[in-house]
Amino acid sequence: MDNLKWYEKTGPSGDVACSTRVRLARNLGNFPFPSRASLEQKEQIAQQVKEALINSNSVISQEFQFLPMDGLTDQAAASMLERRLVSPAFLSNRQGKAILASLDESLSIMINEEDHIRIQVLREGIALKEAAETADRIDTLLGETLNFAFDKDFGYLTQCPTNLGTGMRASLMLHLPCLNESGAMPRIAANLAKLGLTLRGAFGEGSRAVGDMFQLSNQITLGLSEGQAIENLSAIANQLIEEERKLRHEFLESLAWQDKITRAAGTLKSARLLSSSEADQLLSLARLGVCQGTLQGMEPGELSGLGVRVQPATLASSTEQNLNQEQRDQLRAKLVRESCAALREG
Amino acid sequence: MLCQACGLRTATTHIKSMVNGQLSETHLCTECAKKQGYNHMLSDWGGFSSLLGGLLGETPSQEIKRCPNCGASFKEISKSGQIGCAQCYKTFRNQLLPVIQRIHGAAFHKGKAPGNSALRINNPNRQLATVKESPLDEKKRLLKRAIETQNFEEAAILRDQIKEMEENG
Repeated sequence: MDNLKWYEKTGPSGDVACSTRVRLARNLGNFPFPSRASLEQKEQIAQQVKEALINSNSVISQEFQFLPMDGLTDQAAASMLERRLVSPAFLSNRQGKAILASLDESLSIMINEEDHIRIQVLREGIALKEAAETADRIDTLLGETLNFAFDKDFGYLTQCPTNLGTGMRASLMLHLPCLNESGAMPRIAANLAKLGLTLRGAFGEGSRAVGDMFQLSNQITLGLSEGQAIENLSAIANQLIEEERKLRHEFLESLAWQDKITRAAGTLKSARLLSSSEADQLLSLARLGVCQGTLQGMEPGELSGLGVRVQPATLASSTEQNLNQEQRDQLRAKLVRESCAALREG
Repeated sequence: MLCQACGLRTATTHIKSMVNGQLSETHLCTECAKKQGYNHMLSDWGGFSSLLGGLLGETPSQEIKRCPNCGASFKEISKSGQIGCAQCYKTFRNQLLPVIQRIHGAAFHKGKAPGNSALRINNPNRQLATVKESPLDEKKRLLKRAIETQNFEEAAILRDQIKEMEENG
Protein backbone atom coordinates (compact mmCIF):
# COMPACT_ATOMS: atom_id res chain seq x y z
CA MET A 1 0.00 0.00 0.00
CA ASP A 2 2.88 2.35 0.75
CA ASN A 3 3.84 2.74 -2.89
CA LEU A 4 0.52 4.35 -3.68
CA LYS A 5 0.33 8.03 -4.45
CA TRP A 6 -1.80 10.01 -2.04
CA TYR A 7 -4.65 10.26 -4.57
CA GLU A 8 -5.00 6.50 -4.90
CA LYS A 9 -5.76 5.94 -1.21
CA THR A 10 -9.09 6.05 0.57
CA GLY A 11 -9.16 8.26 3.67
CA PRO A 12 -11.62 9.29 6.39
CA SER A 13 -15.15 9.95 5.01
CA GLY A 14 -13.69 8.59 1.77
CA ASP A 15 -17.15 7.75 0.42
CA VAL A 16 -17.64 11.46 -0.32
CA ALA A 17 -14.41 13.27 0.52
CA CYS A 18 -11.68 12.23 -1.92
CA SER A 19 -8.91 14.49 -0.76
CA THR A 20 -7.81 17.44 1.32
CA ARG A 21 -5.45 20.18 0.22
CA VAL A 22 -3.93 22.97 2.27
CA ARG A 23 -1.69 25.56 0.72
CA LEU A 24 0.18 28.48 2.21
CA ALA A 25 1.35 31.49 0.19
CA ARG A 26 4.64 33.07 1.29
CA ASN A 27 6.98 35.64 -0.17
CA LEU A 28 10.53 36.69 0.54
CA GLY A 29 10.69 40.25 1.87
CA ASN A 30 13.84 41.21 -0.03
CA PHE A 31 12.74 40.31 -3.57
CA PRO A 32 10.02 41.81 -5.79
CA PHE A 33 6.97 39.55 -6.18
CA PRO A 34 7.20 37.10 -9.13
CA SER A 35 5.50 39.33 -11.72
CA ARG A 36 8.19 42.00 -11.20
CA ALA A 37 11.13 39.69 -10.48
CA SER A 38 13.81 39.14 -13.12
CA LEU A 39 14.75 35.66 -14.23
CA GLU A 40 18.00 36.02 -12.29
CA GLN A 41 16.11 36.98 -9.13
CA LYS A 42 13.74 34.05 -9.59
CA GLU A 43 16.70 31.71 -9.83
CA GLN A 44 18.13 33.18 -6.61
CA ILE A 45 14.76 32.71 -4.91
CA ALA A 46 14.55 29.08 -6.04
CA GLN A 47 18.08 28.49 -4.79
CA GLN A 48 17.35 30.04 -1.38
CA VAL A 49 14.16 28.05 -0.89
CA LYS A 50 15.86 24.85 -1.94
CA GLU A 51 18.73 25.44 0.46
CA ALA A 52 16.42 26.44 3.31
CA LEU A 53 14.68 23.09 3.01
CA ILE A 54 17.53 20.76 2.14
CA ASN A 55 19.98 22.22 4.66
CA SER A 56 17.46 22.27 7.47
CA ASN A 57 18.53 18.82 8.71
CA SER A 58 14.90 18.08 9.37
CA VAL A 59 13.54 14.59 8.79
CA ILE A 60 10.92 16.08 6.48
CA SER A 61 13.52 17.61 4.14
CA GLN A 62 15.01 14.24 3.12
CA GLU A 63 11.81 13.35 1.31
CA PHE A 64 11.97 16.23 -1.16
CA GLN A 65 13.14 16.28 -4.75
CA PHE A 66 13.97 19.52 -6.57
CA LEU A 67 12.61 19.88 -10.12
CA PRO A 68 13.16 22.98 -12.29
CA MET A 69 9.98 23.42 -14.35
CA ASP A 70 11.59 24.69 -17.56
CA GLY A 71 13.31 21.32 -18.02
CA LEU A 72 10.03 19.43 -18.31
CA THR A 73 8.09 18.49 -21.45
CA ASP A 74 4.65 20.08 -21.87
CA GLN A 75 3.06 16.71 -21.32
CA ALA A 76 4.92 15.95 -18.09
CA ALA A 77 3.97 19.42 -16.85
CA ALA A 78 0.29 18.98 -17.75
CA SER A 79 0.27 15.66 -15.98
CA MET A 80 1.46 17.41 -12.81
CA LEU A 81 -1.69 19.52 -13.01
CA GLU A 82 -3.91 16.47 -13.36
CA ARG A 83 -2.18 14.92 -10.36
CA ARG A 84 -2.97 18.18 -8.51
CA LEU A 85 0.70 18.71 -7.83
CA VAL A 86 0.68 22.16 -9.44
CA SER A 87 -1.87 24.82 -10.35
CA PRO A 88 -2.88 25.86 -13.90
CA ALA A 89 -1.10 29.20 -13.37
CA PHE A 90 2.13 27.38 -12.64
CA LEU A 91 2.25 25.82 -16.11
CA SER A 92 2.17 29.00 -18.15
CA ASN A 93 5.66 30.31 -18.89
CA ARG A 94 7.66 27.86 -16.83
CA GLN A 95 10.93 29.83 -16.92
CA GLY A 96 12.36 30.44 -13.48
CA LYS A 97 9.80 28.20 -11.82
CA ALA A 98 10.64 25.11 -9.82
CA ILE A 99 8.99 22.62 -7.56
CA LEU A 100 10.14 20.74 -4.49
CA ALA A 101 8.02 17.63 -4.10
CA SER A 102 8.02 14.65 -1.79
CA LEU A 103 8.24 11.21 -3.37
CA ASP A 104 4.59 10.32 -2.79
CA GLU A 105 3.66 13.81 -4.10
CA SER A 106 1.67 14.63 -0.95
CA LEU A 107 3.98 17.52 0.02
CA SER A 108 5.13 20.10 -2.47
CA ILE A 109 6.51 23.60 -2.65
CA MET A 110 5.88 25.57 -5.83
CA ILE A 111 8.49 28.26 -6.34
CA ASN A 112 7.74 31.45 -8.31
CA GLU A 113 4.14 30.71 -9.08
CA GLU A 114 1.86 33.66 -8.22
CA ASP A 115 3.89 33.99 -5.02
CA HIS A 116 7.52 33.12 -4.35
CA ILE A 117 6.51 30.12 -2.27
CA ARG A 118 3.38 28.01 -2.27
CA ILE A 119 3.52 25.21 0.29
CA GLN A 120 1.03 22.51 -0.56
CA VAL A 121 -0.06 19.50 1.46
CA LEU A 122 -2.38 16.87 0.02
CA ARG A 123 -4.10 14.12 1.95
CA GLU A 124 -6.61 11.44 1.10
CA GLY A 125 -10.11 11.76 2.56
CA ILE A 126 -10.98 14.59 4.92
CA ALA A 127 -7.90 15.49 6.97
CA LEU A 128 -7.93 19.27 7.23
CA LYS A 129 -6.36 19.60 10.64
CA GLU A 130 -3.60 17.15 9.91
CA ALA A 131 -2.81 18.74 6.54
CA ALA A 132 -2.80 22.23 8.05
CA GLU A 133 -0.42 21.11 10.79
CA THR A 134 1.97 19.63 8.25
CA ALA A 135 1.88 22.80 6.14
CA ASP A 136 2.46 24.80 9.31
CA ARG A 137 5.53 22.70 10.15
CA ILE A 138 7.05 23.16 6.68
CA ASP A 139 6.33 26.89 6.91
CA THR A 140 8.00 27.14 10.31
CA LEU A 141 10.97 25.20 9.02
CA LEU A 142 11.42 27.48 5.98
CA GLY A 143 10.84 30.54 8.16
CA GLU A 144 13.88 29.66 10.25
CA THR A 145 16.19 30.73 7.43
CA LEU A 146 13.99 32.70 5.04
CA ASN A 147 12.75 36.21 5.72
CA PHE A 148 9.02 36.14 4.93
CA ALA A 149 7.24 39.37 4.00
CA PHE A 150 4.82 40.10 6.84
CA ASP A 151 2.81 43.04 8.13
CA LYS A 152 1.10 43.00 11.51
CA ASP A 153 -2.20 44.24 10.04
CA PHE A 154 -2.18 42.49 6.66
CA GLY A 155 -0.43 39.29 7.77
CA TYR A 156 1.68 37.48 5.20
CA LEU A 157 2.05 39.74 2.18
CA THR A 158 1.08 38.24 -1.16
CA GLN A 159 1.20 39.35 -4.78
CA CYS A 160 -2.59 39.27 -5.02
CA PRO A 161 -4.45 40.96 -2.14
CA THR A 162 -7.04 38.13 -2.09
CA ASN A 163 -4.48 35.91 -0.31
CA LEU A 164 -3.36 38.40 2.34
CA GLY A 165 -3.45 37.37 6.00
CA THR A 166 -2.89 33.71 6.64
CA GLY A 167 -2.12 33.06 2.96
CA MET A 168 -3.90 29.80 3.58
CA ARG A 169 -6.30 28.18 1.17
CA ALA A 170 -7.73 24.91 2.46
CA SER A 171 -9.84 22.82 0.14
CA LEU A 172 -11.63 19.53 -0.03
CA MET A 173 -12.28 17.48 -3.14
CA LEU A 174 -15.79 16.16 -2.76
CA HIS A 175 -17.51 13.55 -4.90
CA LEU A 176 -21.12 14.74 -5.09
CA PRO A 177 -22.88 12.77 -7.85
CA CYS A 178 -26.30 12.79 -6.19
CA LEU A 179 -26.28 16.43 -5.09
CA ASN A 180 -25.16 17.32 -8.60
CA GLU A 181 -27.89 15.18 -10.16
CA SER A 182 -30.54 16.75 -7.89
CA GLY A 183 -29.72 20.17 -9.36
CA ALA A 184 -28.91 21.62 -5.94
CA MET A 185 -25.36 22.70 -6.72
CA PRO A 186 -25.98 26.25 -7.99
CA ARG A 187 -28.08 27.04 -4.91
CA ILE A 188 -25.50 25.56 -2.57
CA ALA A 189 -22.66 27.41 -4.30
CA ALA A 190 -24.52 30.71 -3.93
CA ASN A 191 -25.15 30.14 -0.23
CA LEU A 192 -21.56 29.14 0.43
CA ALA A 193 -20.32 32.38 -1.08
CA LYS A 194 -22.12 34.23 1.71
CA LEU A 195 -20.17 32.20 4.27
CA GLY A 196 -16.81 33.07 2.74
CA LEU A 197 -16.41 29.67 1.06
CA THR A 198 -16.36 28.71 -2.61
CA LEU A 199 -17.38 25.63 -4.48
CA ARG A 200 -16.04 24.99 -7.96
CA GLY A 201 -14.93 22.40 -10.50
CA ALA A 202 -12.24 19.86 -9.80
CA PHE A 203 -9.12 21.77 -10.85
CA GLY A 204 -9.89 25.07 -9.15
CA GLU A 205 -10.48 28.49 -10.61
CA GLY A 206 -12.55 28.51 -13.79
CA SER A 207 -12.47 24.77 -14.31
CA ARG A 208 -15.35 22.42 -15.00
CA ALA A 209 -16.62 19.75 -12.62
CA VAL A 210 -15.03 16.56 -13.92
CA GLY A 211 -16.82 13.37 -12.88
CA ASP A 212 -19.01 15.08 -10.24
CA MET A 213 -15.90 16.23 -8.38
CA PHE A 214 -16.20 19.58 -6.60
CA GLN A 215 -13.65 21.62 -4.75
CA LEU A 216 -14.82 23.34 -1.56
CA SER A 217 -12.44 25.97 -0.19
CA ASN A 218 -12.17 29.00 2.06
CA GLN A 219 -12.17 32.39 0.34
CA ILE A 220 -11.43 34.79 3.18
CA THR A 221 -7.86 34.78 4.48
CA LEU A 222 -7.69 38.03 6.43
CA GLY A 223 -9.31 38.44 9.85
CA LEU A 224 -9.72 34.73 10.52
CA SER A 225 -7.01 32.56 12.02
CA GLU A 226 -5.92 29.38 10.25
CA GLY A 227 -7.77 27.34 12.88
CA GLN A 228 -11.03 29.25 12.50
CA ALA A 229 -10.94 29.01 8.71
CA ILE A 230 -10.47 25.26 8.98
CA GLU A 231 -13.26 24.87 11.51
CA ASN A 232 -15.67 26.74 9.22
CA LEU A 233 -14.68 24.62 6.28
CA SER A 234 -15.06 21.33 8.20
CA ALA A 235 -18.46 22.31 9.56
CA ILE A 236 -19.80 23.07 6.11
CA ALA A 237 -18.10 20.07 4.51
CA ASN A 238 -19.71 17.77 7.07
CA GLN A 239 -23.13 19.18 6.25
CA LEU A 240 -22.57 18.67 2.52
CA ILE A 241 -21.31 15.13 3.12
CA GLU A 242 -24.39 14.29 5.18
CA GLU A 243 -26.70 15.72 2.51
CA GLU A 244 -24.95 13.76 -0.21
CA ARG A 245 -25.17 10.55 1.84
CA LYS A 246 -28.89 11.02 2.45
CA LEU A 247 -29.52 11.50 -1.26
CA ARG A 248 -27.39 8.48 -2.12
CA HIS A 249 -29.53 6.25 0.07
CA GLU A 250 -32.65 7.67 -1.49
CA PHE A 251 -31.48 7.46 -5.11
CA LEU A 252 -29.99 4.00 -4.87
CA GLU A 253 -33.25 2.44 -3.80
CA SER A 254 -34.46 2.92 -7.35
CA LEU A 255 -33.81 0.23 -9.90
CA ALA A 256 -32.96 2.89 -12.48
CA TRP A 257 -29.92 4.03 -10.48
CA GLN A 258 -28.80 0.49 -9.68
CA ASP A 259 -29.03 -0.19 -13.40
CA LYS A 260 -26.94 2.88 -14.25
CA ILE A 261 -24.24 1.77 -11.85
CA THR A 262 -24.04 -1.88 -12.85
CA ARG A 263 -24.04 -0.87 -16.53
CA ALA A 264 -21.20 1.55 -15.80
CA ALA A 265 -19.24 -1.30 -14.22
CA GLY A 266 -19.95 -3.45 -17.27
CA THR A 267 -18.69 -0.79 -19.65
CA LEU A 268 -15.57 -0.11 -17.58
CA LYS A 269 -14.75 -3.82 -17.62
CA SER A 270 -15.32 -4.37 -21.31
CA ALA A 271 -14.96 -1.15 -23.32
CA ARG A 272 -12.33 -1.14 -26.09
CA LEU A 273 -12.44 2.63 -26.61
CA LEU A 274 -13.08 5.15 -23.84
CA SER A 275 -13.09 8.91 -24.24
CA SER A 276 -11.94 11.03 -21.33
CA SER A 277 -15.40 12.40 -20.58
CA GLU A 278 -17.07 8.99 -20.73
CA ALA A 279 -14.44 7.57 -18.40
CA ASP A 280 -15.06 10.44 -15.96
CA GLN A 281 -18.78 9.72 -15.91
CA LEU A 282 -18.47 5.94 -15.61
CA LEU A 283 -15.81 6.11 -12.90
CA SER A 284 -18.00 8.54 -10.96
CA LEU A 285 -20.89 6.05 -11.09
CA ALA A 286 -18.62 3.12 -10.19
CA ARG A 287 -17.22 5.07 -7.24
CA LEU A 288 -20.77 5.74 -6.08
CA GLY A 289 -21.62 2.06 -6.49
CA VAL A 290 -18.62 0.88 -4.49
CA CYS A 291 -19.36 3.33 -1.66
CA GLN A 292 -22.99 2.24 -1.46
CA GLY A 293 -22.40 -1.48 -1.75
CA THR A 294 -24.02 -1.86 -5.19
CA LEU A 295 -20.55 -2.85 -6.43
CA GLN A 296 -17.58 -4.42 -4.70
CA GLY A 297 -14.02 -5.54 -5.36
CA MET A 298 -12.43 -2.05 -5.46
CA GLU A 299 -11.79 0.76 -3.00
CA PRO A 300 -13.28 4.23 -3.67
CA GLY A 301 -9.72 5.66 -3.64
CA GLU A 302 -8.61 3.22 -6.34
CA LEU A 303 -11.42 4.50 -8.56
CA SER A 304 -10.69 8.18 -7.98
CA GLY A 305 -6.99 7.43 -8.46
CA LEU A 306 -7.85 5.77 -11.75
CA GLY A 307 -9.84 8.90 -12.58
CA VAL A 308 -6.56 10.83 -12.31
CA ARG A 309 -4.51 8.32 -14.32
CA VAL A 310 -6.93 8.39 -17.29
CA GLN A 311 -6.78 12.19 -17.67
CA PRO A 312 -5.32 12.97 -21.13
CA ALA A 313 -1.82 14.19 -20.21
CA THR A 314 -1.21 11.73 -17.37
CA LEU A 315 -2.32 8.94 -19.68
CA ALA A 316 -0.09 10.16 -22.49
CA SER A 317 2.92 10.53 -20.20
CA SER A 318 2.58 6.87 -19.20
CA THR A 319 3.85 5.87 -22.64
CA GLU A 320 6.80 6.91 -24.80
CA GLN A 321 4.86 7.05 -28.05
CA ASN A 322 2.94 9.95 -29.50
CA LEU A 323 -0.71 8.95 -29.52
CA ASN A 324 -3.59 10.17 -31.64
CA GLN A 325 -7.06 10.44 -30.13
CA GLU A 326 -8.19 6.93 -31.01
CA GLN A 327 -4.99 5.40 -29.70
CA ARG A 328 -5.43 7.40 -26.51
CA ASP A 329 -9.00 6.18 -26.08
CA GLN A 330 -7.80 2.66 -26.73
CA LEU A 331 -5.02 2.94 -24.15
CA ARG A 332 -7.46 4.45 -21.66
CA ALA A 333 -9.93 1.60 -22.17
CA LYS A 334 -7.15 -0.96 -21.70
CA LEU A 335 -5.93 0.66 -18.48
CA VAL A 336 -9.49 0.90 -17.13
CA ARG A 337 -10.34 -2.66 -18.13
CA GLU A 338 -7.28 -4.04 -16.37
CA SER A 339 -7.75 -1.89 -13.26
CA CYS A 340 -11.44 -2.72 -12.94
CA ALA A 341 -11.08 -6.49 -13.48
CA ALA A 342 -12.01 -7.18 -9.86
CA LEU A 343 -15.08 -4.93 -9.95
CA ARG A 344 -18.29 -6.92 -9.52
CA GLU A 345 -21.84 -6.65 -8.23
CA GLY A 346 -22.17 -6.46 -4.45
CA MET B 1 -25.75 44.25 -29.22
CA LEU B 2 -28.30 45.46 -26.71
CA CYS B 3 -28.08 45.00 -22.97
CA GLN B 4 -29.75 41.77 -21.87
CA ALA B 5 -31.06 43.33 -18.68
CA CYS B 6 -32.70 46.58 -19.85
CA GLY B 7 -32.82 45.97 -23.61
CA LEU B 8 -32.34 49.71 -24.14
CA ARG B 9 -28.68 50.57 -24.17
CA THR B 10 -25.75 49.05 -26.00
CA ALA B 11 -24.02 46.25 -24.10
CA THR B 12 -20.49 47.22 -23.12
CA THR B 13 -19.77 44.67 -20.40
CA HIS B 14 -19.47 41.03 -21.38
CA ILE B 15 -19.42 38.49 -18.61
CA LYS B 16 -18.42 34.90 -19.10
CA SER B 17 -19.02 32.64 -16.13
CA MET B 18 -18.45 28.99 -15.52
CA VAL B 19 -20.93 27.47 -13.08
CA ASN B 20 -20.69 23.75 -12.48
CA GLY B 21 -19.03 23.22 -15.82
CA GLN B 22 -21.56 25.23 -17.84
CA LEU B 23 -20.33 28.30 -19.62
CA SER B 24 -22.78 31.16 -19.74
CA GLU B 25 -22.38 34.57 -21.34
CA THR B 26 -24.14 37.74 -20.28
CA HIS B 27 -24.01 41.07 -22.08
CA LEU B 28 -24.88 44.18 -20.10
CA CYS B 29 -24.75 47.93 -20.53
CA THR B 30 -22.54 49.89 -18.17
CA GLU B 31 -25.38 50.93 -15.90
CA CYS B 32 -26.97 47.50 -15.54
CA ALA B 33 -23.51 45.97 -15.02
CA LYS B 34 -22.90 48.40 -12.20
CA LYS B 35 -26.30 47.60 -10.69
CA GLN B 36 -25.51 43.90 -10.75
CA GLY B 37 -22.19 44.44 -9.07
CA TYR B 38 -19.90 43.79 -12.03
CA ASN B 39 -17.63 46.71 -11.36
CA HIS B 40 -14.00 46.08 -11.97
CA MET B 41 -12.57 44.75 -8.72
CA LEU B 42 -9.91 47.42 -8.76
CA SER B 43 -12.06 50.22 -10.13
CA ASP B 44 -11.35 52.44 -7.16
CA TRP B 45 -7.70 52.36 -7.99
CA GLY B 46 -7.94 54.93 -10.72
CA GLY B 47 -8.90 52.90 -13.74
CA PHE B 48 -9.11 54.03 -17.31
CA SER B 49 -9.67 57.73 -16.81
CA SER B 50 -6.54 58.16 -14.75
CA LEU B 51 -4.63 56.05 -17.22
CA LEU B 52 -5.79 58.32 -20.00
CA GLY B 53 -4.89 61.29 -17.84
CA GLY B 54 -1.37 59.96 -17.58
CA LEU B 55 -1.07 59.51 -21.33
CA LEU B 56 -2.29 63.01 -21.96
CA GLY B 57 0.50 64.28 -19.79
CA GLU B 58 -1.66 65.70 -17.02
CA THR B 59 0.70 64.22 -14.48
CA PRO B 60 4.35 64.82 -15.29
CA SER B 61 6.18 61.52 -14.88
CA GLN B 62 8.62 62.80 -12.24
CA GLU B 63 5.68 63.40 -9.92
CA ILE B 64 4.35 59.84 -10.10
CA LYS B 65 4.88 58.12 -6.78
CA ARG B 66 6.86 54.94 -7.19
CA CYS B 67 7.68 52.21 -4.73
CA PRO B 68 11.29 52.84 -3.67
CA ASN B 69 11.99 49.10 -3.58
CA CYS B 70 10.57 47.70 -6.83
CA GLY B 71 9.72 50.83 -8.79
CA ALA B 72 6.04 49.98 -9.30
CA SER B 73 3.66 52.90 -9.55
CA PHE B 74 0.14 52.64 -8.24
CA LYS B 75 -1.17 52.86 -11.78
CA GLU B 76 0.81 49.79 -12.77
CA ILE B 77 -0.47 47.90 -9.75
CA SER B 78 -4.09 48.78 -10.41
CA LYS B 79 -3.76 47.90 -14.06
CA SER B 80 -2.31 44.43 -13.44
CA GLY B 81 -4.08 43.71 -10.14
CA GLN B 82 -0.72 42.51 -8.84
CA ILE B 83 1.23 44.16 -6.07
CA GLY B 84 4.90 44.74 -6.94
CA CYS B 85 6.64 43.79 -3.71
CA ALA B 86 6.23 43.72 0.06
CA GLN B 87 7.30 47.36 0.32
CA CYS B 88 4.40 48.40 -1.98
CA TYR B 89 2.00 47.57 0.85
CA LYS B 90 3.69 50.34 2.87
CA THR B 91 4.17 52.78 0.00
CA PHE B 92 0.56 52.59 -1.21
CA ARG B 93 -1.06 51.62 2.07
CA ASN B 94 -3.79 54.26 1.99
CA GLN B 95 -4.83 53.46 -1.56
CA LEU B 96 -4.73 49.71 -0.98
CA LEU B 97 -6.68 49.65 2.27
CA PRO B 98 -10.15 50.19 0.73
CA VAL B 99 -9.47 47.49 -1.87
CA ILE B 100 -8.34 45.01 0.77
CA GLN B 101 -11.38 45.77 2.89
CA ARG B 102 -13.66 45.19 -0.06
CA ILE B 103 -12.17 41.73 -0.52
CA HIS B 104 -11.89 40.59 3.08
CA GLY B 105 -14.16 42.92 5.04
CA ALA B 106 -12.85 45.43 7.56
CA ALA B 107 -10.52 43.02 9.28
CA PHE B 108 -6.91 42.67 10.30
CA HIS B 109 -4.67 39.66 10.46
CA LYS B 110 -5.50 37.17 13.18
CA GLY B 111 -3.39 34.14 12.30
CA LYS B 112 0.17 32.91 12.46
CA ALA B 113 3.13 35.28 12.49
CA PRO B 114 6.68 34.37 11.45
CA GLY B 115 8.60 32.68 14.22
CA ASN B 116 5.63 31.33 16.07
CA SER B 117 4.44 27.90 15.22
CA ALA B 118 1.48 25.82 16.21
CA LEU B 119 -1.89 25.83 14.69
CA ARG B 120 -4.30 25.42 17.50
CA ILE B 121 -7.88 24.35 17.16
CA ASN B 122 -9.31 24.75 20.62
CA ASN B 123 -12.78 23.52 20.10
CA PRO B 124 -13.12 21.38 16.99
CA ASN B 125 -16.79 20.61 17.57
CA ARG B 126 -17.91 24.19 17.48
CA GLN B 127 -20.09 25.17 14.51
CA LEU B 128 -19.33 28.22 12.37
CA ALA B 129 -16.77 30.30 14.20
CA THR B 130 -17.37 34.01 14.55
CA VAL B 131 -14.66 36.60 14.83
CA LYS B 132 -14.67 38.66 17.98
CA GLU B 133 -14.93 42.32 17.06
CA SER B 134 -12.28 44.64 18.47
CA PRO B 135 -13.49 47.90 20.14
CA LEU B 136 -12.06 49.85 17.21
CA ASP B 137 -13.89 47.70 14.65
CA GLU B 138 -17.08 48.13 16.61
CA LYS B 139 -16.77 51.92 16.52
CA LYS B 140 -16.06 51.79 12.78
CA ARG B 141 -19.13 49.69 12.21
CA LEU B 142 -21.28 52.09 14.26
CA LEU B 143 -19.81 55.01 12.33
CA LYS B 144 -20.73 53.41 9.03
CA ARG B 145 -24.27 52.85 10.25
CA ALA B 146 -24.55 56.41 11.60
CA ILE B 147 -23.53 57.77 8.20
CA GLU B 148 -25.94 55.49 6.40
CA THR B 149 -28.82 56.62 8.62
CA GLN B 150 -27.66 60.25 8.25
CA ASN B 151 -27.12 60.56 11.97
CA PHE B 152 -24.25 63.01 11.55
CA GLU B 153 -23.94 64.20 15.14
CA GLU B 154 -23.30 60.69 16.34
CA ALA B 155 -21.01 60.10 13.35
CA ALA B 156 -18.87 63.10 14.28
CA ILE B 157 -18.46 61.82 17.86
CA LEU B 158 -17.57 58.34 16.64
CA ARG B 159 -15.14 59.72 14.08
CA ASP B 160 -13.25 61.61 16.78
CA GLN B 161 -13.20 58.56 19.03
CA ILE B 162 -11.83 56.40 16.21
CA LYS B 163 -9.18 58.98 15.40
CA GLU B 164 -8.12 59.07 19.03
CA MET B 165 -8.02 55.27 19.27
CA GLU B 166 -5.97 54.98 16.10
CA GLU B 167 -3.50 57.63 17.17
CA ASN B 168 -2.97 55.98 20.53
CA GLY B 169 -2.29 52.73 18.73
